[in-house]
Amino acid sequence: MWKTIFRRLLLMIPQIIILSILIFIIAEFMPGDPFTGMIDPNVDPAQIDALREQFGLNDPLPVKYVRWVGNALQGDFGRSFNYKTDVLNVIGDRLGNTVRLSLLSTVLTYLIALPLGIFSGRYNDTLFDKGVIIYNFVSFAVPTFVLALLMVFVFGYNLGWFPSRGSIDVQASGFWEESWSRLYHLILPSITTAILGTTSIIQFLRTEIIDAKTSDYVKTARSKGVPIDKVYTRHIFRNASLPIASGFGYTIVNLLTGSIFIERIFNYSGMGNLFIESILSRDYSVIFVLVLFYGILGLIGTLLSDLILMTVDPRIRID
Amino acid sequence: MGFLEVQDLKIHYPIRGGILNTIQDYVRAVDGVSLKIESGKTYGLVGESGSGKTTIGKTIVGLEKATSGKILYEGENVTNKARSRNKKYANYNKDVQMIFQDSTSSMNPKKRIIDVMGEPMKNYFDYTPAEIKRRVAELLDIVGMNAEAMYKYPHEFSGGQRQRIGVARAVASDPKLIIADEPTSALDLSVQAQVLNFMRRIQKEYNLSYLFISHDLGVVQHMSDDIAIMHRGRFVERGPKQEIYQNPQHIYTKRLLSAIPDMDPTKRASQKVERQRVEAEYDAQEAEYYDENGRVYDLQPFDGDHMVALKPDEPNSSLQNETINTGGEA
Amino acid sequence: MAVERNLLEINNLKTGFRFGEEYHNAVDGVSLTLKKNEILAIVGESGCGKSTLATSIMGLHDHKNTKITGEILYKDLNLIDLNEKLYNRIRGNDIGMIFQDPLGSLNPLMTIYKQIAEALVYHSDLNEKQIRARVLELLNQVGIPRPEQIMKSYPHELSGGMRQRVVIAIALANKPPIIIADEPTTALDVTIQAQILDLMIDIQNETGSGIILITHDLGVVAQTADRVAVMYAGQIVEEAPVEELFANPKHPYTRSLLNSIPHELEEGEELHVIHGTVPSLQKLPRKGDRFRPRIPWLPDEAFDEDPELTEVAPNHKVRGNSWKHFYFEGEEN
Repeated sequence: MWKTIFRRLLLMIPQIIILSILIFIIAEFMPGDPFTGMIDPNVDPAQIDALREQFGLNDPLPVKYVRWVGNALQGDFGRSFNYKTDVLNVIGDRLGNTVRLSLLSTVLTYLIALPLGIFSGRYNDTLFDKGVIIYNFVSFAVPTFVLALLMVFVFGYNLGWFPSRGSIDVQASGFWEESWSRLYHLILPSITTAILGTTSIIQFLRTEIIDAKTSDYVKTARSKGVPIDKVYTRHIFRNASLPIASGFGYTIVNLLTGSIFIERIFNYSGMGNLFIESILSRDYSVIFVLVLFYGILGLIGTLLSDLILMTVDPRIRID
Repeated sequence: MGFLEVQDLKIHYPIRGGILNTIQDYVRAVDGVSLKIESGKTYGLVGESGSGKTTIGKTIVGLEKATSGKILYEGENVTNKARSRNKKYANYNKDVQMIFQDSTSSMNPKKRIIDVMGEPMKNYFDYTPAEIKRRVAELLDIVGMNAEAMYKYPHEFSGGQRQRIGVARAVASDPKLIIADEPTSALDLSVQAQVLNFMRRIQKEYNLSYLFISHDLGVVQHMSDDIAIMHRGRFVERGPKQEIYQNPQHIYTKRLLSAIPDMDPTKRASQKVERQRVEAEYDAQEAEYYDENGRVYDLQPFDGDHMVALKPDEPNSSLQNETINTGGEA
Repeated sequence: MAVERNLLEINNLKTGFRFGEEYHNAVDGVSLTLKKNEILAIVGESGCGKSTLATSIMGLHDHKNTKITGEILYKDLNLIDLNEKLYNRIRGNDIGMIFQDPLGSLNPLMTIYKQIAEALVYHSDLNEKQIRARVLELLNQVGIPRPEQIMKSYPHELSGGMRQRVVIAIALANKPPIIIADEPTTALDVTIQAQILDLMIDIQNETGSGIILITHDLGVVAQTADRVAVMYAGQIVEEAPVEELFANPKHPYTRSLLNSIPHELEEGEELHVIHGTVPSLQKLPRKGDRFRPRIPWLPDEAFDEDPELTEVAPNHKVRGNSWKHFYFEGEEN
């Protein structure tokens, strides 16, 4: 196990290097730079060129890359042109918000999905099961932005129960008031995310349970005289949760990436929103770090998923 | 003369491990096997699961890659070329076909039988649609199926019908050799009889050769002219069917034959005694028949075409004098 | 000989599966007895109802889509009347079951020890230590080497033969008087098959249990069974002691089956093929002789309106009278 982790981590180094070079090249081919927006008749083009020269934007690609890597290794990931501060500061502010939102959404997702999946799998073809199937159809078919807008419109605008914008009330002060305000702002976006996230979990659980019910090892268990409830808890649920367990690594990673749609629509100041804003303002130093960050998270997610699967499924031994 | 020759075929799979995932060892799925297939004859390949028998078949049609050794088709080296698009090997591709335990699982479920069977005809013979239709009907008729079956989809057939369609499709390209990998293992006795009968009939009609791969010694005995017994990726014994069944020499062959359940319940006790005697002999003499790494020895001529894998320095005469008595008679 | 009490008695058992609104019987009026110390083989091809018969005895069918009628008498109980709770006392304790696929029938995520122990937990008051001792004893009994080590392994770490020994150990855990084995050696190589069959016979000699052996393999039957029931289309068509059945097969189906076993042929000779195919459950003719469509060359008068299973020789039962008129197609009568 430790050998596998070590080997996989070792393997990640070249992957990350290749990823960073790729992103660097792509970023280089993007039209415009942070100074493009400054072009107007009142600004002397020579001045802009001088700025470009000063920031090293005219250097050859490898030189720029090596410089960036050198700085990054010292913890300097560059400055955001947009926010006029260190990239890490910009990201750090948003990361906390995204983690809070994702954590609550994930908890809600499993809180909704596990009982629905388990009961519809166990009592399939009942009225309850059919209801769950319809719920699943709808939650699968509805696009994120439609559901999000609907939630904003109904609960935020019409009923006015929950705030529909932002991550905290600026007037809130003191720890408890602030915490409550944060939570209050989280409710709509997290429920929306949770509803959309339940689909695949319910679907997987339901079909896996239905498959497991007719499997031979369940027949064996039943012919041992194991009571049916015990057959479910000891045999069926555990085996049926394998695919979900393997997906859990990615779920953890998703905690950190944030949802572009949800954050945008609820104007929630998280990673997803930052990403879009950076793209729109061509804030390359931020985009670059974000993409690299997402890439690394993806690699970690795969590793985590494999490790989880290795621990829950004795058949899988990667060494 | 054999038109297909396999010479010292080896198929090894690397076992990886260690920090850098380097090759630590090899699984020797097939480890130095030679055989010749003659036209119009059936070559039976017998072995237990994991013996490497299926791997040989797959390598001949190009589904596995040979690590070393040669496959010669009419004198031409065709090793690892079976799926080549090179025109040079077109004949080989056409002439060697394979059928599996469930033939229709390899068929596109969205295609009708006529499309599935028509494909090789289009590829190899430039048939017109009318010609394809006539030929498909003809082939279905040979395997005892109604011409209307051509408009159905693979899943609409029962197990026995599917295998017959599998045979018919393999025949569609007018091949010389069909590699049949456990073609009747999933079938009921009465359906198996039907498929085996059709395979024999087609063989006569087209002067086909079969490489018949199976774990079922009864079926292989029924179908084959020559037989090779495989164990641990190598041949332990090879020769004409009668020789192998009536005069087995290698301890593994004897063990295999003695394990076939006899259809006569009155011989139950005697078969059990005999089987346990052979088992004990196998345990006692294992070192005599396998080298220190558990590898089967090279084949040596025993009696004419009958070859046995024996310890090189052991004189054969001592074995010939031993009385051989096994429960493997028909 | 003293009349021995039957371990299990099945009377007119019918197991129907629901298709839409209708029930179609996969087992259609089966009556059987099983005695102590006896191996009763039930032979037939796929779809004949032999596996359904086994699962009916174990009560493993889902009640929503299955209808079971008739009697399965065990110790003055009719099993089909039992509720789940009572049935669970019988399952594993009085009847042990062995399934075909040794890999599939073990839970891939549980150690061998846990899976065997599970069979003991619900039927005994053994403590942890006693359970461990019993599991070891069972593993020894089924001939597993290094039981201490194997106990801690997972199913995928064992060979096919070893797995099937574990499955047998599970079935034996509570020393049940009845064992049902559904194709126990079909997934195994021939040498392993021989070992497993030997093991089953040894166990039966030791424990005196009655075994119902369900199989399609006539060789396995010839080597292990004491008595044989041949099933076709949900019914028993012939029942006889094993020597009698192989020496004197009577029913046309039994004879056809024995004739289609691959063997060495004369030049120009072919294996016997049974005419037509086994009808699907929904299309099964429920009236008259069910094998009639498969032997169309026999004259109409050869068939009964309602063929019954009758004793034609001591302990030898055959369904209907068509066997008296039967000859193979192309042969002279």
